[in-house]
Amino acid sequence: MTAETRDIIDLLAGIEPGSNLDLIRARRPQARENAQRSYLALFEPVDFDEVSAGERYGVAAFVAGVHDDPTAAGFYLSKVAKAAGRPELVEALKAEIERGKTKGPYGAFPTGPLSVEDKTGLIYRVSGDGKPAIGVRLAAALEHAHLLVFRPRDANPAAMQALLDAGWSSTAIVTLSQLVAFLSFQVRSVAGLRALGASSGKSAAVAAKVSLGANQS
Amino acid sequence: MSDKVIVRSDENKPVVFTQDELGWLPWLDPLPEGELTERHFAGLVDKSRAKSDYFRLLVRDPEVLEARTKTDKDIFYNTEDGLPRAERELAAAATSRYNGCIYCASVHARFATVHSKRRDDVQRLLDEGVGTDLGARWNAVVRASVALASTPIAFGEEHIEELRRAGLDDAEIVDVINSASFFNWANRLMLSLGEPATAAAK
Repeated sequence: MTAETRDIIDLLAGIEPGSNLDLIRARRPQARENAQRSYLALFEPVDFDEVSAGERYGVAAFVAGVHDDPTAAGFYLSKVAKAAGRPELVEALKAEIERGKTKGPYGAFPTGPLSVEDKTGLIYRVSGDGKPAIGVRLAAALEHAHLLVFRPRDANPAAMQALLDAGWSSTAIVTLSQLVAFLSFQVRSVAGLRALGASSGKSAAVAAKVSLGANQS
Repeated sequence: MSDKVIVRSDENKPVVFTQDELGWLPWLDPLPEGELTERHFAGLVDKSRAKSDYFRLLVRDPEVLEARTKTDKDIFYNTEDGLPRAERELAAAATSRYNGCIYCASVHARFATVHSKRRDDVQRLLDEGVGTDLGARWNAVVRASVALASTPIAFGEEHIEELRRAGLDDAEIVDVINSASFFNWANRLMLSLGEPATAAAK
């Protein structure tokens, strides 16, 4: 697969070189560069011994998809298609994304005064239809990803055990956790920047109209 | 070597949000300090982090840890311009409160208090939750953080307008977005790879 040279947050948020948001992002150069380096460390790592490229992009597509971000999900799904070369996997992931969509965060606090804030919600499991294409190992990762995205406060040692049982090593679990957590950051940065871009665009348009009106009067 | 889960007793588990110092206990084995190589130290960024179970667990993937740590430091510590540190920490604490990360909330509530000197307001955020009234400017930061932490993401024009009315310019709004978004990364690591413990357990 060809190496990714584009800044992925700029790409997904539609930030053009020289735009207001481009200049603002440039004021936090380490944050911008290292958000990109995080992406590269996760998707173009030193080696794929612990977690395959197909697993990485598959989990990323699922996480972006259940966040209801079709642009980001489409980006990662296209990478799954290239990395895994199995159209049935892409179709199965799309179906699981739809099944996994819900509203978060929810989950339980440690038993005590905070228990009044406990909220129940979907406990997602990969469907029987999806299992053959997805496989046991990736299915366990998607179920863990859903837990982390929607009900992170429900995480417990049993969730770690489920991953170990499905063939994930401790080191692979660290990479998987970083992947889901990074994606949770990335889609939010992108959503925030898109909203700000849209809002600034609107105020710029209003300002332009006002000054145009002033010139005409 | 067969990997295994470390199960902890509930004895020293904090059950409320607090500004007290907490410990953190991993559910998977961190790398032993004696096995760390140059590659791992590059991942840890600060040598002193080799003493932390949390960082020695994350350093199993050193390149990701290094990039994560440098992203974190610039978002929170680069205060030459932009949003004051106190409000970046407020965004981190509010995000952690909403997602339910007692450990992260304890650390960043303390930082918010140190930088703002508004200990009681910070404590009210922890005690009453993200709906509490902290004044217009802090309310705007908390509401933006909560909207960003929601899935699907609920952040939109109304949050930007509220931040602008509170006096934030676009660069400061980007600092809110970065700080809140970053804690959706941090919370998920701290919540899912181990658990907090009261100081007594350390």
